[in-house]
Amino acid sequence: MSEQWFPNVDWEKMWEATYETLYMTGISVVITFIIGMLLGLLLFLTSKGQLWQNRAVYSVTAIIVNVFRSIPFIILIVLLIPFTKTIMGTIIGENAALPALIIGAAPFYARMVEIALREIDKGVVEAARAMGASTWTIIRKVLIPESMPALVSGLTVTAIALVGYTAMAGVIGAGGLGNLAFLDGFQRSRNDVTVMATIVILIIVFIIQFIGDTAVRKLDKR
Amino acid sequence: MKPGNRLFKKRCQITRSSMLREMRERNFERKAFLSLWADRLFSWKGSDPVIFIEQAKKVFQTKNGPVKAVDNINLSVQEGEIFGMIGYSGAGKSTLIRMLNGLETPTEGSVTVAGRKISTIKGTELRKARQEIGMIFQHFNLLWSRTVRENIAFPLEIAGVAKAERDKRVAELIELVGLEGRGDSYPSQLSGGQKQRVGIARALANNPKVLLCDEATSALDPQTTDSILDLLVDINERLGLTIVLITHEMHVIRKICHRVAVMENGQIVELGPVLDVFRRPEQPITKRFVQQVTEPEESKETIQHLLTEHPDGKIVKLTFVGVSAEQPVVTELIRSFQVGVNILQGKISQTQNGAYGTLFVQITGDPAEVARAVAFLDAQQVDSEVITYE
Repeated sequence: MSEQWFPNVDWEKMWEATYETLYMTGISVVITFIIGMLLGLLLFLTSKGQLWQNRAVYSVTAIIVNVFRSIPFIILIVLLIPFTKTIMGTIIGENAALPALIIGAAPFYARMVEIALREIDKGVVEAARAMGASTWTIIRKVLIPESMPALVSGLTVTAIALVGYTAMAGVIGAGGLGNLAFLDGFQRSRNDVTVMATIVILIIVFIIQFIGDTAVRKLDKR
Repeated sequence: MKPGNRLFKKRCQITRSSMLREMRERNFERKAFLSLWADRLFSWKGSDPVIFIEQAKKVFQTKNGPVKAVDNINLSVQEGEIFGMIGYSGAGKSTLIRMLNGLETPTEGSVTVAGRKISTIKGTELRKARQEIGMIFQHFNLLWSRTVRENIAFPLEIAGVAKAERDKRVAELIELVGLEGRGDSYPSQLSGGQKQRVGIARALANNPKVLLCDEATSALDPQTTDSILDLLVDINERLGLTIVLITHEMHVIRKICHRVAVMENGQIVELGPVLDVFRRPEQPITKRFVQQVTEPEESKETIQHLLTEHPDGKIVKLTFVGVSAEQPVVTELIRSFQVGVNILQGKISQTQNGAYGTLFVQITGDPAEVARAVAFLDAQQVDSEVITYE
């Protein structure tokens, strides 16, 4: 059947591209999660009425986050070429895509973290303070656990956005399914390759969404 | 001299005079009387106040200028006491109770709780002090992500208690608040009353010296409110724990408090033992609060109606306080005078220091006899008031 519908698909190449996409997505999701959490916590804690209320820090962080969130990803990649070259030593391949992916997605996730933390009942934080909890304890034992479902669903959305970003990064030489669809599919007029790459991306997205939804359902005890 | 001594002496005097009064009123057997008062005195273990607030002020800067939430408050609470603060919203009681564990710092003045000057300490020292002050909240403020057991263990984790000991203590607390078998439930699976029980267990976990209750029953239905109040009294008696509570319901004050402070515009406008405040409310706001529990609205209508229907009779409001609430005044009245006595409405409320009640009666008959009957009532240890058209 695959011979009939997808005559030009080279399955070995397809698997390799899938692996590359998963690799880029996986690594960037992990690092985006860490940086996004830190930035999001900083945004939340320094905002008005919170534990570290600090207008200057909040404003600077918010501006950086907004700037990087506003730049279209394809332009961000181009702008970051010198930076990528300095820290990764190359601008080709999966690893070269990582800085742009992380810098593009982390501020996006940071905002989601901020929103998630804002949804926490203020009374719960007050109760923890009344018990004599330190700020670190509050972050670790109140803020993060109490916002976990929102943090996970935010991460799901971010991961799916990152799959899309990897495809874009692929077009300019990062490898992966986007690269395959563009070079082997579009430029050589083999539509079946493009369609197959799309199907694989869709499957990846569905799986991520499924994992995210299940995790949220398990975590949410409200 | 410690700051509390003067106040304590004053309290002793009050105690002595009320002892003597009670002795007269009750005609008590000496022995029984002494043991009763010995109990009462020993239940006030501390000679120094466990909470001492001096000249506390709190000013909030708002867009419409500064607002005085707490205005020059002096207050001391004795060890083992249940102290209530009542006021409408915005009276400053919430700010005041938050000063007791440093969630708010006073703009001026000082707050001392269990020997620590809460108003000046910071950092680790403040956190240590807070571990000795439990607090429960109107909306319970439980962590939804933790089970009952884990919620109760939370303050123990903060205090750095080892796992094995933590588990033991949590089991004790679950039993204390009557939540056996619910240890593994999540807060979302509990009723309001059960949630507040978890809140209480959590607040008691580190054996605090003081328990602060911030409108702890305001989100509960009347029946649940009563069961939570009973639990608080039980804890107060069993552990000798000092409780400070704020509320806008006089019912709560009546049911469990020893002393009450009435707050308005950031100031304490009236302060005293609950029964005294019930007996002689001075400020209009206090009178309104007292009416919440003594005079249901409908009685006024009934009385107006009866006044219209029976212009010849006299309607008398009898106020019984403390011991006299148990005396058979009405029986005496009917036996001694040729009058008809019609009971219109009555209510007796139990407070922590005795009963308080009001009774509306209509007295009919020969005007001269009625006048004598009213004079008799006046001579009793009952406050009586002839009600006429308003």
